[in-house]
Amino acid sequence: MLESVIYILTNIPLLMKGVWMAVQITVLSVLLGMVIGIAVAFLRIYGSKNMRRLVSFYEWVFRGIPQLVLLFIVYFGLPGIGINLSPFLCVVIGLGLCSSAYQAQIYRGAILSIGSEQMEAGLSLGLSKTRTLFYVILPQAVRLSLPGFTNEFTIVLKDSPLAYAVGIAEILKYGRDLIVSSFRPFEIYLAAALIYFVLFQLFYYLFKAIASRYQVPGYIISGE
Amino acid sequence: MPLVRIENISKSFGKNRVLDGITFDIEPGAVKVIIGPSGTGKSTLLRCINMLAPPDSGKIWLQDTEITAPHTDLIKIRQKIGMVFQHFALFKHLRAVDNVALGLHRVKKMNRSDAYEKAKQNLQKVGMQDHGDKYPAQLSGGQQQRVGIARALAMDPLLMLFDEPTSALDPELIGEVLMVMQKLALEGMTMVCVTHEMGFAKSVANEIIFMEGGHILEASPPAEMFNNPRNERTRSFLHKINELYGESK
Ligand SMILES: Nc1ncnc2c1ncn2[C@@H]1O[C@H](COP(=O)(O)OP(=O)(O)OP(=O)(O)O)[C@@H](O)[C@H]1O
Ligand SMILES: [Mg+2]
Repeated sequence: MLESVIYILTNIPLLMKGVWMAVQITVLSVLLGMVIGIAVAFLRIYGSKNMRRLVSFYEWVFRGIPQLVLLFIVYFGLPGIGINLSPFLCVVIGLGLCSSAYQAQIYRGAILSIGSEQMEAGLSLGLSKTRTLFYVILPQAVRLSLPGFTNEFTIVLKDSPLAYAVGIAEILKYGRDLIVSSFRPFEIYLAAALIYFVLFQLFYYLFKAIASRYQVPGYIISGE
Repeated sequence: MPLVRIENISKSFGKNRVLDGITFDIEPGAVKVIIGPSGTGKSTLLRCINMLAPPDSGKIWLQDTEITAPHTDLIKIRQKIGMVFQHFALFKHLRAVDNVALGLHRVKKMNRSDAYEKAKQNLQKVGMQDHGDKYPAQLSGGQQQRVGIARALAMDPLLMLFDEPTSALDPELIGEVLMVMQKLALEGMTMVCVTHEMGFAKSVANEIIFMEGGHILEASPPAEMFNNPRNERTRSFLHKINELYGESK
C-alpha cells in the first residue's frame, strides 16, 4: 500500500509533462466556445428571425453530438475537404464547437435575466444601444454567467483527455507510455486522476476568487 | 411655444392599436398626470415621447425639433428627457452614486470628478446623499426610486417622464417619493406622470389626462376633473380609483 502511494507520487512529475497540454487544450477550447457562444447568444436574442432560427439550429446540433464523435469528424473529415490541421487544432475545434453550444445557453440565460428595463434605462439617459450593452448589460451578464461558465470550464477540462484519441501527448498519453514499461496501470491512472482533481480544484477556486472579487452586494447570482 | 407638441400619434403592436390619435401640448413648467385603466397605452405614450417606442404615425416636437422625423439624433433628444421607471431600473451592478454619474461621465462627457461631484449634489436633492456608496439591492424601494429620479435629474432634462413611480412600492414608502416629485414640480420642472396617486395629482398637477383605449377621453385641471367629470367613463374610473387607492387626501 505504502509502496503504491510512493509509486504514484514518484510518477506524478512524469505525468506533469502532460498538464501544460491539457491546460492549453482546455483554455483554448473554452475561449473558442466563448467567442462563438457569445455571438450565438446575442444573435439568438437580438438577431433577425431567420438568424435566430439558424443559431438555435446550431445550438441544437452541437449539443446533440458526443464530443468524441465530433472530434473524429473534425480530425478525419477536414482533410477530406482539403483542410489539414494539426491534431491539436482539431481537438480545440472539436471541444470548442461543442462547448460553444453550451456556453451560448449560459450567456443567453444571463442576458435574458437582466431584463429589457436595463436597456431602456441606458437608452433613456442618452447612451446608444451599443454603449448600453457595453456599460450596462455586459458587466451584469458577465457576473451572471460566471457560475455557469465555471461549471462549463471544468467540464471541458475533464473532457480534455479525449485528445488522447487523436494521439496528442497529454496526461493520459504519458500515463499510457509509463504503463507500457511498468505494467502498473492502476497506480498510473490513479496518479492521473489526482492530477486532474488538483487541476479542477485550482481552476474552481480561481474562478471563485474572480467571482467574489466582482461580487456586488445583494446581487443574486444563482448556484454557489 | 409649448415645450412638447404631440400631434395625432398612433402606435400599434401587431394588430393591437395601443395609441389611436393622441394630441396634446406640454407647456414649460406644466405638470400633467395621466390616468387610465391598465393596458390603455399610458406607458406606451411616455415611451413615444422619448422615442423608446417610436409612434407609427403622427408627430412629436421637442421645442422646435421634430423628434419623430427620420434621422433625428435621438441620443441628443433623450438627454433632454428624463425617465423614471416603475421598477426603478437602477443599474444593479453599480452603486447609487455610479448610477447617477454614469450618464454625466459617459454621455455628457464630464470628467470623472466633476461627474461624481454633480452626482452627489443630485443625490442630495432627493435626500440620498448618505447612501451613495450602496448598491441598489441594499436600498429600499423608495430609496431606489429616489436614486432613479436623481439619475434622470442629473442630466438637466427639460422634461421628466414618470411611469407609475410609486406603484411598485410598499405603502409606507410612497410618501418619500411623492415628496421628491412634489418638490420638483414646485421648482418648475416640466413633468408628465402616469400615476394613480390622486392626492399628488390634486396638489401639483395642472392637468389630468384620462386615457382609455388609446384615446384621450378627457383632459382638464384636477378640480374640474374631480368635481365635475364631463365623461361618464371618467366618472366611473375615478370612482374605481377611490375604491382601490382610498379617498384622495
Ligand atoms: N413591446 C410591446 N410589444 C407588444 N405589445 C406591447 C408592447 N408594449 C405594450 N404592449 C401592449 O400594449 C398595450 C398597452 O400597454 P401599456 O403598457 O402602454 O399600457 P398601460 O396603460 O401602461 O398599462 P398599465 O397600467 O398596465 O401599465 C397592452 O395591451 C400591452 O400588452
Ligand atoms: Mg404602464
